[in-house]
Amino acid sequence: MVDLSINCGGIKSPNPFWLASAPPTNSGYQICKAFEAGWGGAVWKTIGAPVMNVVNRYGAIDYNGQKIIGLNNIELISDRSIEINLKEIAETKRLWPDRAVVASLMVESDRQIWHDIVKRTIDAGADGIELNYGCPHGMSERGMGSAVGQVPEYCSMITEWVTEVSTIPVLVKLTPNITDIRFPGRAAKKGGAHGIALINTINTIIGVNLDTFEIEPSRGGKGGHGGYAGPAVKPIALHMVSEIARDPEINLPISGIGGISNWRDALEFILLGASSVQVCTAAMHYGFRIVEDMNEGLTNWMDEKGFTSLDQVRGKALPNVSTFGDMNLLYKDVARIDEKKCIQCNLCYIACEDTAHQCIDLLSKKDKKQPTVRESDCVGCRLCYIVCPVQDCITMVHKDNGNESKTWNELTKELPQPMSLEDLRAFQHKHGIEIH
Amino acid sequence: MNNIAPKLSAKEYEKNFSELKPALTPIAAMAEANRCLYCFDSSCMTACPTHIDISTFIKKITSGNMKGSAKTILSSNWIALTCAKACPVDVLCEGACVYNDKGEKPIQIGKLQRHVMDWYVEKGMPALITPAQKNGKSVGIIGAGPSGLACGAELSLMGYDVTIYDANKKPGGLDTHGIAPYKMKQQDSLNEVKMIQKLGVKIKSNVLVGKDLSIEELEEMHDAIFIGTGLPKPTDLMISEKGIKGVYDALEFVKDVTARKWKNVNVGKRVAVIGAGNTAIDAATEAKRLGADEVYMIYRRGREQMSAYDFEFELAKSDGIKFYFHSQPKRIIGKNKVEALECIKMRIVNGKLKPIPKSEFKIPVDMIIKAVGQNIDESFLLKIPKLKLKDGTVIVNQKTYQTKNPKYFAGGDCINGGKEVVNAAYDGKQAAHGIDQWIFAKNTK
Repeated sequence: MVDLSINCGGIKSPNPFWLASAPPTNSGYQICKAFEAGWGGAVWKTIGAPVMNVVNRYGAIDYNGQKIIGLNNIELISDRSIEINLKEIAETKRLWPDRAVVASLMVESDRQIWHDIVKRTIDAGADGIELNYGCPHGMSERGMGSAVGQVPEYCSMITEWVTEVSTIPVLVKLTPNITDIRFPGRAAKKGGAHGIALINTINTIIGVNLDTFEIEPSRGGKGGHGGYAGPAVKPIALHMVSEIARDPEINLPISGIGGISNWRDALEFILLGASSVQVCTAAMHYGFRIVEDMNEGLTNWMDEKGFTSLDQVRGKALPNVSTFGDMNLLYKDVARIDEKKCIQCNLCYIACEDTAHQCIDLLSKKDKKQPTVRESDCVGCRLCYIVCPVQDCITMVHKDNGNESKTWNELTKELPQPMSLEDLRAFQHKHGIEIH
Repeated sequence: MNNIAPKLSAKEYEKNFSELKPALTPIAAMAEANRCLYCFDSSCMTACPTHIDISTFIKKITSGNMKGSAKTILSSNWIALTCAKACPVDVLCEGACVYNDKGEKPIQIGKLQRHVMDWYVEKGMPALITPAQKNGKSVGIIGAGPSGLACGAELSLMGYDVTIYDANKKPGGLDTHGIAPYKMKQQDSLNEVKMIQKLGVKIKSNVLVGKDLSIEELEEMHDAIFIGTGLPKPTDLMISEKGIKGVYDALEFVKDVTARKWKNVNVGKRVAVIGAGNTAIDAATEAKRLGADEVYMIYRRGREQMSAYDFEFELAKSDGIKFYFHSQPKRIIGKNKVEALECIKMRIVNGKLKPIPKSEFKIPVDMIIKAVGQNIDESFLLKIPKLKLKDGTVIVNQKTYQTKNPKYFAGGDCINGGKEVVNAAYDGKQAAHGIDQWIFAKNTK
């Protein structure tokens, strides 16, 4: 029997799918509706300082007719009062005691104000607190949100103000708008956080109108940067989650966020160490009902793989996250085209010929031209595999070279330093590698 | 004619002759364009007789570069609007789309090309290619059908002074007079003609060369002459119809229908169409859509030998046309008006088609439409000195399209015996280059 329940830094939920702190979690009505649909938890839209919003809050990137591969927004934190939000938290928790209700908080950088809001949140009955150090727009200009997340000292200071009075778990939500995510992560740890949530949205300008020269979306002629989310950010989020998960100095539970649209995306975050995952853009695109497939798909996958608990799954891909210096330079794969499956679109040919290593030929066969890999020249870059529109037509085939292995780190130790091109060429030549 | 079918209401005619393949909405066009894989050296381009760079024009739709898309299309094919609507895409570009091999629906190339060309017409057909300076040379073209128009357009851009002489009141040839209204409106063809006129091509309508204008006069006025006269003469059915009213040639009938004055076109209650080519199908479906109760197609061979495309056959079937295969017309019965068509059953004996003795049968009909093929006008063509004909076609050099008389070039149905509009468009364009090379070579000697 598969059990999807999780515990993220002390916050428990019947499944790992939480709604992220965002417009979908603006009210008790919405969150109750989401719980009805099957969501395991919700991070309340950030409560705190008084704000006022503008219109045309969202902008999106469509690609080749596919809607919303990326969504940008400048909606601020909750524009409802603290009192109403806390009252609805209490009501929601009463109606849904088994679900995780996490209050996202953001107030000005004053210890007393933080103490006050934390205490009131605990009194409302929230299961946990998430500190919003991520909002890159509107709040950051006022010294909150990502203005905090971008300065590790502020990060640990405010986290400390919260944890020194909190009796419930505290997650710190990090902004990706920094160079190395581990620094704010370590700061949160230093401040006593119980877990890390990441990533918040990425600073972006979504587009420029070619007729009016206005920034999209335009708010009465003015536009500007906003926070970017959705499927396009997932790879960035996966990397940052893996960085936090692998950092021995942090070692905290993770709530993974960034472009999660279905259970497969969620699993990738979990395999890289996330305990819970948070979703926003996909819900904004299709509604809360998407969680049904998430719960089902994840359960079925675990069933098929023979897992009964997410504890058995979490972090399973982490040992495979490596660095370039530890990869085997002598491991050889080449591209191979299955002529039976090939439809002669020739996209692999033109990609290789124009932009890679010129090792695919168009050979005349009967009345057709058949793209064919010249394996001796193929560097195994995988571009053709990526552009091929036919499933399993191009495969990367392993060329057995007697289990030879040499990593860059090993090579730099063996060859005289600083390494000369001649020495490197000699090494390559010895292993049958010729650079054209 | 006996038993003329009652006229339909204007609404019914509009419904019966509404487009079979309506335009894509802009959203649907964008979605379809985005589905295109943008193949390199694409198979659809190879399959198109004019080799339009299809994946490139489709890619330009997705970026919103409609003008560039129109340029890509027109730089390969001047008759692109008609081709978009009338081409048998199933057996050409769309039939070659790699999606077929992928087990998915091919890209709707015809509809996307139409999407671009409709846009181009709507925008007033702005100039896309800067013409070369006038070179002082003049070319005369006989026939304003697709090959003549394409030849004229190409020559005009190369700097030639071009005049097309056309026997009809309305130019466009079969594009204007021979395409079923549910495939394309006559106005589309006339728009295409207008586009070519905008390039500087002059069209003289109602001029029958050989009668209104002599060959000698034509030769005197022009440095070279292109013949695009098509197949104006219907094949003789070899059965007597003398004095019997109600017998029509298919093209004559179709021409009346394309003019969209349906109320003026009489159609019998029961109609027999003789023949099984694409024109025969057009005539049969049009007769049915004009209100005929029963339409029969009479063909001496079987379904497999029909020259009509599969999709045309399916269209006829779905219109309720009845087929008499292996049936050869023998006699038209009727005193002054058609009353019946007597046919005889046919079979193959030792590889030869033979009538089955005593298998005659009568089909009571009020109207007979003959669609057993078209031929070149030999009597006219033979007035041109040194021109050589073979198997009912004008002999030309396959590359230059030059006839045996060096001053004359030819293309379209009169050299191929009857193919698609797209083939004629290609011939005309290629012949323009043949003409240019010949005139240039002659002048540099």
